[in-house]
Amino acid sequence: MGLDVAFWILAVVGVTAALAVVLLGDVFRAALSLVLCFLAVAGIYLTLNADFLAVVQILVYVGAISVLIILAIMLTREVQRGSPSNRLRIPALFVAALFLVVVIYALLNTNWQISSVPPLEPTTPAIAGLLFGEGGFILPVEIAPILLLAAIIGAIVLVREK
Amino acid sequence: MVGLEHYLILAAVLFAIGLYGALAKRNAIIILMSIELMLNAVNIAMVAFSRYIVPLQLTGQIFAIFVMVVAAAEVAVGLAIIIAIYRHHKTIDATKIDLMKW
Repeated sequence: MGLDVAFWILAVVGVTAALAVVLLGDVFRAALSLVLCFLAVAGIYLTLNADFLAVVQILVYVGAISVLIILAIMLTREVQRGSPSNRLRIPALFVAALFLVVVIYALLNTNWQISSVPPLEPTTPAIAGLLFGEGGFILPVEIAPILLLAAIIGAIVLVREK
Repeated sequence: MVGLEHYLILAAVLFAIGLYGALAKRNAIIILMSIELMLNAVNIAMVAFSRYIVPLQLTGQIFAIFVMVVAAAEVAVGLAIIIAIYRHHKTIDATKIDLMKW
């Protein structure tokens, strides 16, 4: 089935790109593989029938956040020093592997109540109804711009020349 | 047939990779990138739950949208802090930034 093939290709690409982010020595190449990982995650959203979220992922992550990260890499001139590990490399590897094993064990031994209802096909109207409609998530929607405004002002204050 | 477990295992693998990067790396920008990886993994898990457990309610997708909002704010402030630290100390090595250590 096409969806399964798409999932496996996107999963392999995404995990490989994520590994490249933490294993590559070159910071700039790590940032570029992070962009590839974001694109693979957008494809994963498409296989989950989340079309609106896939577009938002490409706009926000691939379009904006990756540009910010690459800009910060260029402004800090840390590219020559590469991306070394600290003294905690082995314990960190152990903690991450332990976390992975525990989570996979837990989720394989849980009896998920999977619904057989087919998913909504265009999700955009339903998401708009939930975000702005009666009894929806209108309060978080109102709080989110305050958070973004605070983040913008904070970023400007932090990087301003004294 | 790909099911809920496949997506959850993918999310767990991405989260573990991000966790390793956030704990083991010295470059502050790489640490921030690893945190972004973890946020993406959580988003995948929430969208997968939304698709397979409650396909008609879409609450997981709404949560994913709010996670994206917070992630965007976090990246903007985090990179601003990194640039400010770089201006003062000429380094973004996380092991050398010990302003708040006594």
